[in-house]
Amino acid sequence: MLIGGKAGDGITEAGAMIAHLMNAIGYRLFRHVEAPSLIRGGHNFVIVRAHRQRISAYRDHVNVLIALNAETIERHEWRLKQRPITVFDSEAIKPSGLPASLHPFRTGIPVKTILEKEEAPPVMRNSAILGAFCRAISIPWEVLEDVITRYQPKKTELNLKVARRGYDLATEKLMVDLPGGAPQPVLGGLEAIGLGLIRGGLKAYASYPMTPATGLLHFLAKQAPRFELKVVQPEGEIAAMLMALGHAYAGERAAVGTSGGGFALMVEGLSMAGQAELPIVVVLGQRPGPSTGLPTYTSQTELEFALTAGQGEFPRAIIAPGEVEQAYAWSTLAMDLAWKYQLPVIVLGDRTLHDSSQSFDVGAVPELPRLRQLDWDGAPLDDEPDLAYQRYLITDDGVSPLAFPGRGGVIVKANSYTHDEYGVTTEDPEMTVRMQEKWLRKGRAMAEELDGLPLVNVYGDPAATRTVVTWGSPVGALREIGELIGVRVVQPVVLWPFPARRLEAALAGSERTVVVEMNATGQFAGLMRRHGLHVDAVVNRYDGRPFGVGELRARVEGALK
Amino acid sequence: MSVESSGAKKGTEATGGAGAERPAAAKGSVSAQGAAAAKAGAPAVKLGTYAKNTWCPGCGNFAVLNAIKAVFQDLIAGGTRREDIVVVADIGCSSKIMDYIGVNSFDSLHGRAIPTAVGVKLANPGLTVVVHVGDGGAYAEGLEHLIFAAQRNADITVIVHDNGVYGLTIGQAGPMTPPGYKGRSTPYGSESTPFNPLELLHVAGATWLGRGYTHGIPLLKKLYREAIAHPGFGLVDTLQVCVTFRNMYEEYNERVYELEGHDPRDETAALAKIREWDYASDGPVALGHFLTRERPVFAEGFARYGGAVDVEAAVAEVFAELA
Repeated sequence: MLIGGKAGDGITEAGAMIAHLMNAIGYRLFRHVEAPSLIRGGHNFVIVRAHRQRISAYRDHVNVLIALNAETIERHEWRLKQRPITVFDSEAIKPSGLPASLHPFRTGIPVKTILEKEEAPPVMRNSAILGAFCRAISIPWEVLEDVITRYQPKKTELNLKVARRGYDLATEKLMVDLPGGAPQPVLGGLEAIGLGLIRGGLKAYASYPMTPATGLLHFLAKQAPRFELKVVQPEGEIAAMLMALGHAYAGERAAVGTSGGGFALMVEGLSMAGQAELPIVVVLGQRPGPSTGLPTYTSQTELEFALTAGQGEFPRAIIAPGEVEQAYAWSTLAMDLAWKYQLPVIVLGDRTLHDSSQSFDVGAVPELPRLRQLDWDGAPLDDEPDLAYQRYLITDDGVSPLAFPGRGGVIVKANSYTHDEYGVTTEDPEMTVRMQEKWLRKGRAMAEELDGLPLVNVYGDPAATRTVVTWGSPVGALREIGELIGVRVVQPVVLWPFPARRLEAALAGSERTVVVEMNATGQFAGLMRRHGLHVDAVVNRYDGRPFGVGELRARVEGALK
Repeated sequence: MSVESSGAKKGTEATGGAGAERPAAAKGSVSAQGAAAAKAGAPAVKLGTYAKNTWCPGCGNFAVLNAIKAVFQDLIAGGTRREDIVVVADIGCSSKIMDYIGVNSFDSLHGRAIPTAVGVKLANPGLTVVVHVGDGGAYAEGLEHLIFAAQRNADITVIVHDNGVYGLTIGQAGPMTPPGYKGRSTPYGSESTPFNPLELLHVAGATWLGRGYTHGIPLLKKLYREAIAHPGFGLVDTLQVCVTFRNMYEEYNERVYELEGHDPRDETAALAKIREWDYASDGPVALGHFLTRERPVFAEGFARYGGAVDVEAAVAEVFAELA
């Protein structure tokens, strides 16, 4: 179903209520929000897709259209399939103005009149519409009553009265199935990432607001007391990165979150994390660029940027979850990985993953091990603490044991300049080489460890000779398409270190391989080719909108021929 | 290299965040006691390192180094653990100081020492965090951070090595260089006029401001000691002479004087004294402690976190709330 209206009409909140309703009657959900970057005016809409099975994509077509204004009908009429149900405000949209095709299954209610009768403020119009929606598809009144009581704690009584009038004035158009069963948690991708990071020991988060990462700042700020998180919104992204690195030096697990433009500002700090061997997790939400681009829309254009950001050569990891369960488990691993190998780890998401909500299926959470950081257990020297501990001790696997300032009998020196094992500045060519090689060994050790994890998923028909490769959020739509049309779907979750061996195995026997990604140049396809993997074609999209199941299926079928 | 590695890796594995022992939050309480101990002849802890000093002979940075080391020694004599002192350095000649002091240190990026230091302090409020930064890092590349650290009253001490020139990059004009200065980037004379950093910080809400001069170690020590003892943001603008590119010893010697009878709690008087010299003209240059304000320090609430969260149980709670 789709609900649409003007920005400022509370469409996002109404979409959330529809999701709660469908969750309450036992469906699995995917909620897609589309909102231009403005506060009032403009067109907002939310698509809530409900299904008996776990889903993480929307369809372009909808069965129910809920319209608060005429523009919603004009813009989205094409999405309606046969027997479309239209729920609308009959005082904002003249019924005579509705297209004839919508007539048989429409139900309008006089929202303004309802509000006047109940002396309710205009903001409550959504309660009236929700009442009408429930009646139209035969959701029992008690379900709506429970959902409003639970999720609208302010002026609950009045909201219920308004909703009841909407319910009574609308007519039933469809008998929706009631699957039953307990409601599942419904999470946005950023909430899943946040909870995953917290499980990974997150203690500090520094972030400057930027779509599509702002939701993580909001979520962690709200959860701060419960988890004793140190959440700070500093003067900009540079400060956020440097503060987080200060936390890391002092022994506290920290993360930053931003989008491409903010990440550009963090890049010098990212490079320092390489030289000074400071663990840091960067949550990088992609949106279309270059520059300001389309701030509130989606893309997968920062893979190459994430891969090469930062002067100098240092190891890093890039993890790209595609669904909430992956986001949760792999964010924990991202934090553990950063601390085990003392390097930056980028969690590469996008607007679609970050800001859409999905039913969270505990059974679909990937099983990943917890990795342990290496803590120093040498002998402290009370008289000469500066000689007790070598922050950059050169070791076989390149990982130096960790100690932090404040520990008795130990002095800890971190350095962005080339340094010796104690962290004292040096320009010695031999030490320069030894440190560079230490980082390379560390990167190899990390790659070996990752190679043993489930870092490449295969969906659809694993034996099919036609294969679609994708990364990040398009996997939701492709998982369904793979099953519908019987093709192999391969999704690497770890993009760097490049999982060449595992991808090769997942692609074995493929006779035609198509890569699906939301950018114009085929960045992941390029990465595959660089590593000797064959790609026949790229299906891409770069208008800022995510792939819907129907449209993508047609394009994939065309490309696989 | 002078240091041999032991080769063998010493370590144990452990999950979770910090392994550091956290001392109770207490900022460098100096130290009538410490000074007394020092006077009584207790040998001061040596804070030197094996790093070779590469400052020019006669550089003002030696005075800053000697003053801050003496202050750290007094702090340690007064009961502060040496392991709880952290120097966060910027980039440039000033930043080399972190190699020369045997305390915890973090050499950050140019202009970015201040947010780094704020992060360190938020992570472990028991640490005494002192930033060493040049005027290029503090007043040009990193000015945004300086203003916000002052505005928020972050509990750090900032020592600006203010020589009015870029030294390590060989002599370009900087934010504190007066107009007319001829360097390689301004061969026909620089055009920009310095702003008054102390005036700016007064307006930004700084809670402790002072000015020192590298000819005058006793005053520098006093200022550094008091700025560190101050709960909240403290800054000592240290007129530090670069003998190679901008030797101001003669001019400063003629013009500096120490504040007398000034009440640093009087904000208006402090502003007047701060504005007396505009960093460009030839007027008298006041040295000393200009301003003290009392305000809550940034993110004090974090220091009250108890550290005993059952993360798995709390995550399960959140999931239940989202259903």
